[in-house]
This record gives sequence, structure tokens and C-alpha cells, in this order.
Amino acid sequence: MIELILDPLKYDFMIRSLVTAFASGAMLSILGPFAINRNMGFMADAIAHATLPIIAVGVFLGFSISELGVPAAILIAIFLGLIIKNTNIGEDTAIGIIFSSFFALGFVLISLLEVTINLEDLLFGQILAVSTSDVYIVISLLLIVLLVVIVYFKQLLFYSFDPIGAEVKGLNTTFLNYLFLILLSIAIVGSLQTVGVILVLSMLIIPAAAAKLVTDTFVTSIKVSIFFGVISSITGLYLSYFLNLPSGPSMSLVATGIFVLSFIFNKVSKKGSLATVTIS
Amino acid sequence: MNTKEKNSLNIPLIISDGCCVHFGSSPALESVNFSINRGKKVAVVGPNGGGKSTLFNALAGLIPLTEGSLTIEGSTPEEAKGKVSYVPQKDLINWNFPLSVKQVVEMGITTKKLSSLRNRKQVNDKIKKALQDVGLEEKINNNIKSLSGGQLQRVLIARALAQDSEILLLDEAFSAVDIGAQEDIMQLINSINLDGKTILIATHDVNNLEEKFDEVLCLNTHCCAYGDPSEVLTPEVIKEMYGSHSELFNNKSHFKTEGNNSND
Repeated sequence: MIELILDPLKYDFMIRSLVTAFASGAMLSILGPFAINRNMGFMADAIAHATLPIIAVGVFLGFSISELGVPAAILIAIFLGLIIKNTNIGEDTAIGIIFSSFFALGFVLISLLEVTINLEDLLFGQILAVSTSDVYIVISLLLIVLLVVIVYFKQLLFYSFDPIGAEVKGLNTTFLNYLFLILLSIAIVGSLQTVGVILVLSMLIIPAAAAKLVTDTFVTSIKVSIFFGVISSITGLYLSYFLNLPSGPSMSLVATGIFVLSFIFNKVSKKGSLATVTIS
Repeated sequence: MNTKEKNSLNIPLIISDGCCVHFGSSPALESVNFSINRGKKVAVVGPNGGGKSTLFNALAGLIPLTEGSLTIEGSTPEEAKGKVSYVPQKDLINWNFPLSVKQVVEMGITTKKLSSLRNRKQVNDKIKKALQDVGLEEKINNNIKSLSGGQLQRVLIARALAQDSEILLLDEAFSAVDIGAQEDIMQLINSINLDGKTILIATHDVNNLEEKFDEVLCLNTHCCAYGDPSEVLTPEVIKEMYGSHSELFNNKSHFKTEGNNSND
């Protein structure tokens, strides 16, 4: 067993990939519980798809996807926030328009600029191709997300639970709104090489959803979500190494497996507690 | 003399002078005038869309006035933010979050200064005191999802008490709770009021207002009447608020008719 675990570590590219998988899994699943409880799944998907034009132009100019992370995230978050705030067509509709139009623009730019990007890698991730500098960038992004969430945890929680109450209390809710959008965008853009544009959503919401099923409190759900996220990404990477499977979809499927187990656990434990109540 | 009597020395706390709020071209509040003294317990009544929540939002500094002025101890609502606690309508809160009662009450002490939460003992004492005041101290570690509608309302009131502000705004405090829970909430509001807090409650329940409140503010975009419920709730005022539906209220005979203030 230990040999199996250690075997991939003889390759430098696997060590880089494992560290990146750990950082991406943790970064997304820190924010996942906030995102699912605020019903922001569609928004997160839109952020992932809206990155495509920036990636196209960035790669054309010679940057890697990881290097584009922070500036792209800030641009997308501010743009999305402004569009949603200043249109009265409904949040879902505004997100839908941005989602599809930016995705389309990205493909047109890739074609026009003749950017050499493997589309399959972009959509589903190609973690095995990460460079050493990419690893450092993703770890830095994880630390930024972790630090900001710890520092602003109570304010973000108040704003997410009761935005009106938070504003009356004098919290800067506009700042908190954009802060969370920027963090979400950083985590998504920073994880694109790991799981790709399409599957990044699965690593954001599935570990958080599974954690919500097996925990009672929000803080515990964040801790369990991080645990599930990291287990999914690392196990997925090992599966892809040994079974020669694509890495992004493997991670996503492991997360789905954890969700199914959590769902069963949730149902069984509820039945158990019901039986206890009936007996007592 | 209790705290309420000490505070209620006819000192105006909230003054609305020609207050107007428009959303685009549609008026939500038109030239509303009233003056609420410190320590009063005021019911804000009126039809849906009559401006009750708009007035609360304006008092809480959430929306700007289009015209007129609204002051709290001489300051604008924006300047007086710390003096007002707001318990919003329950459906405006995201109940998806699996939070403990303690976490919700602690929000009343959360400020934009990140360092303000460092003194854990002080924070915990404030939370315990607020929960004792609403009779939920034994539920401090419970998940809010395990509470009844009435208990949730009391948790939100505890959060407002932890904020320790002078004015408490409760929007639809009695909606979606049973009669027993309404009675409990009213008793709680009475005891908070005796401690000297000024309380405004938006409500659709216009039964026996004179027994429950010091004053009533009747809104239907404009101010239809303001004052002692037993004096201002005339059939004319009810008709001004509810139009053709006022018959429903007259039949209940809860309001003062000319020369008759009976509840029979």
C-alpha cells in the first residue's frame, strides 16, 4: 500500500501535480460552503466560463493560466458584480448572458489569435502539465484565500446570512460582496489547470454539499469540506496515474463518490435518530 | 419610576418632516410627518405596499430620502446607524446556513473593525445576557434549524439586544408564528420597552392595538394618522388605509367609532 502511495512520487511532475491538486482542492472547498448556502453555483460556473477570453488573450501574450489568476479574478468579479447590480433583468438572467457570451467570445478569440491551447485540457484540466512556478502561484493563492477568509470570517458570515442586518449594523456590504466574488474568482481561476473550466464547479460545490450532509454547524462543514476536497483531488490524481485516466474528471468523480456516501450516511443516521426518538 | 418612565419625558427621538421616498417614478412614502418620543412603543400599520418596510429601511439608513428629512436625535439615519437595531422580515434572511443560536446573536456585536471581537469573555457575556433576556439561554448552542418560528424571532430580537442600541425596528415580527408565540413575543417586547428602548413594530395585526401599543402610525404611502390608538383609529382612517376592505375591520369593531370605543 505504502509502495503504491510512494510510487508516483519518484516523478517530479507528479510531486508538482499532487501539491497543486492539494492546493486547488483546499482553496475551492474553503469557499464551497459559503457558495452553496448562498445558492451561488450558477454564478461560480459563470466565473469559470467568463475566464476564457482572458485566458485566450493572456496565453497569446505569453502568460500561463496560473499567472493570469489574480488580475483575471479581480476583473471578472468586478465586472460580474457591476452587471448584476446595475441591470434589473434578474440575477440569473444577467449571469446567463455573461456566462454564454464570454464563453463564445473566448472561443472566437482563440481562433482569431491562433492561440495554441489544447481545448480539452482547458475544459477538463491538465494538472500533469503544471510548472514549478505554477505550483508556487497556486499555493500563494490558497494562502491568500485562507488568510482573507479567516480575517473576514465573521463579517462574511453575517453578510451571507442577513445582508440587510449587516448593512444596518454598519458593515461595508459592497466591499464584502466584491471581496467574496474576488476570492471565488481567485479560487476558480487558480484551479483551472487542475480541473478545467467545466469541472471546476464540481470541486467547488460537491465537497461542500457532501460536508453539509454529514455536519451540523457551518464551521465544521467548512473543515469537512476542505477534507473532502483534498481527498477528492489527491485520490483522483492517483487514480488517473494508475489507471491512465484524465485527471480532472477522476477528481470530480471521486468527489461525487464521497457525496453519494455522505448522502447514504445522512439518510441512515436520520433513520437511526428517528428510531431513537421513537424508542425514547 | 422605571427606565421607560425616566426616558419618556416627551423628548422627541425620531422626527419625520415631509419625508418622501420614491422608487423611480413611483412613490413609496409621500410627505410623512410624525414625531416619536423616546421610550415609546409604536405600531406601524397599513396595507401591503403602504410604506411600512420602506419607512424602516429609511430609518435604518438603507435607502435615501427623495425629499424631506428624517432624524434620529438630530442626526440623519446614516449618521445614527449604531443607534438602530433592525429585525428584518424573516424571509429576507438566508436560513440555509447551519448556524448556532450563539453565532446569530454574536452578529449583533460584529462590527467593521476587525479587532472589536478580540475580547472573547466580554462578547460571550453579552451573548448570554441577550439570550437570558429573551428566555433562550439554554438554546445557546442549538442549531437555528431546530428552533420554532417564534424562537427564531426571539433569537433575532436577542441579536438586536446584543447590539445595545436605543431604537428597535421589528418588521412583521408576528408573521408566520402561532398565537401563543405572538403573545410571548409581545411580552418580550413589553419588557424590552420597560428598559427604556424605543420600539417600532410593523404589523398587519390591527386587533387591540390600544392595549398593546402607546402609539400607532397609520401608513398608506402618506401618513393617514399618528397618535394614541384609541383616538386615531377611526373608521375614516381605516378606510383611508384599506379602502374598500375597511368593512372587514369595521365588522370586527376593534376601532373607535364616533362616540363609541367598545370592543363588543
